[in-house]
Amino acid sequence: MFLLRLSEALGDHFLYYVNQAGRMGIFLLRVVYNILKLPYYKVSHITKQIYVIGTLSIFVVFFTGAFTGMVLALQGYNTLRKFGSEGLLGSAVALSLIRELGPVLTALMVTGRAGSAICAEIGIMRNSEQIDALECMAIDPHKYILAPKFMATVVSMPLLTAIFDVIGILGGYVIGVGLMGLNEGAYFSSMYKDVEFNDVYMGIIKSLCFGLIVVWVCSAKGYFVHMERKGGFGAEGVSRVTTSAVVLSSVAILVFDYFITSLLL
Amino acid sequence: MNGEPIIQLIEVHKTFGAQHVLKGINLSIYQGKTTVIVGESGQGKSSVIKHILGLVKPDSGKVLVYGKDINQISKKDLKEIRTNFGVLFQNAALFDSMTVFENVALPLRERTKKKEEEIRVIVDEKLKMMDLEGSNDKYPAQLSGGMRKRVGLARALVLNPKIVFFDEPTTGLDVAKSNDMYRVFFRTQSALGYTAVIVSHDVPKIFKLADYVTLMYQGVLQESLPPEDFQTSPNPVIRDFVEKTMGRIYDSEKVEG
Repeated sequence: MFLLRLSEALGDHFLYYVNQAGRMGIFLLRVVYNILKLPYYKVSHITKQIYVIGTLSIFVVFFTGAFTGMVLALQGYNTLRKFGSEGLLGSAVALSLIRELGPVLTALMVTGRAGSAICAEIGIMRNSEQIDALECMAIDPHKYILAPKFMATVVSMPLLTAIFDVIGILGGYVIGVGLMGLNEGAYFSSMYKDVEFNDVYMGIIKSLCFGLIVVWVCSAKGYFVHMERKGGFGAEGVSRVTTSAVVLSSVAILVFDYFITSLLL
Repeated sequence: MNGEPIIQLIEVHKTFGAQHVLKGINLSIYQGKTTVIVGESGQGKSSVIKHILGLVKPDSGKVLVYGKDINQISKKDLKEIRTNFGVLFQNAALFDSMTVFENVALPLRERTKKKEEEIRVIVDEKLKMMDLEGSNDKYPAQLSGGMRKRVGLARALVLNPKIVFFDEPTTGLDVAKSNDMYRVFFRTQSALGYTAVIVSHDVPKIFKLADYVTLMYQGVLQESLPPEDFQTSPNPVIRDFVEKTMGRIYDSEKVEG
């Protein structure tokens, strides 16, 4: 009897998650179709979203980038000194940031700041029948609400990552050169010598993929809040689904980071 | 009744989880007429409207709008059919980050190629029709319940739809505001001539608006009758409802033969 109930519960869970995965897949296809479909958008829809998702995230990305670069330089200098290779600090900081930490940390910051807001906004729209109202007005919510958010996030993420990388490198410079007394020329010349276009390319590809993951997971979670198993209604439902969107997209970013790295290396 | 129905529900069944909400619904809506669906709360009245709007798909049965089964047609065709609809939701469903003007202008901006000056004229006219002049720049949170409903109605009517759905138009309003809402309804329907489908439990007041009344009881819609016939119907379910909500109705023909 116990085994029967256990297998029933497992089967039920399995079907729920397969159903959810399918729903999210169709959701993504529908948004992409609407992005490509004529008529195109009013520019103001996209610029507004770029401002909300991208511009308003600059502050947090700036600080995270600066302190990440600084701590990398601090740790890197002390480690490299053991091998007498302090001169490689510039390339160590730059490569770590451009290939790995820049895209990953920027995506995590955008998830926390903009992804959660996207999920909560869409979830509230769903619960207060605003999305139903759009459909009844023959306005497709995939085109009107979701497509501009998708485009804005995918455009903003590489730019924010670039800001993160540059600020991080400057943070490393402040610690390495300013505090530890490393030669300024050595810091930049090692970077110039070791950082190749492929590294930058990897960073851009990652940031584009992470941008898509963040906006996909967060907006789908909000859009389907009413179908949540634990009940997605009211403020509590939206709050629960927002937390789950942030957790799921953060984990997905780290998992996909591994797979993208292994593909591009 | 009056010619072919423009909306027909045929044997519609719907289950949400373990709850069998609609148990074989049949309903016909006629051009230019006002059909009111009454019933106690939680009987599935709003579900009927959601099925007609294509927001919910039935487990079985057909929902025909202008002769097309809206669950068998493409998304594009469904969108086309929805261009005939205007909907006033129970909570008005206004976009809370937009002003009153932006809310009412939205269908015009997204669905037509009208210039901003034309849009301003149309929106101002609709807001005036709803006694909402001077509220253009307010946000939904700054409005009373009655005003929110009227903004919702202005938005629903801004493209002059052929069919307008009202989901509990007076719920949460006091008597004076409910009467205002009914006055606005009379005024707009006479001006625009739309077909109306109203879900309400504001009995008997709502009968004054109705051409046909139908009762939702335990997932089944009783027959659609003119309000006078509804009030004196021999159907025991309808009679129980009428007596519960309006008291005993004196029918001279029945009582005195």
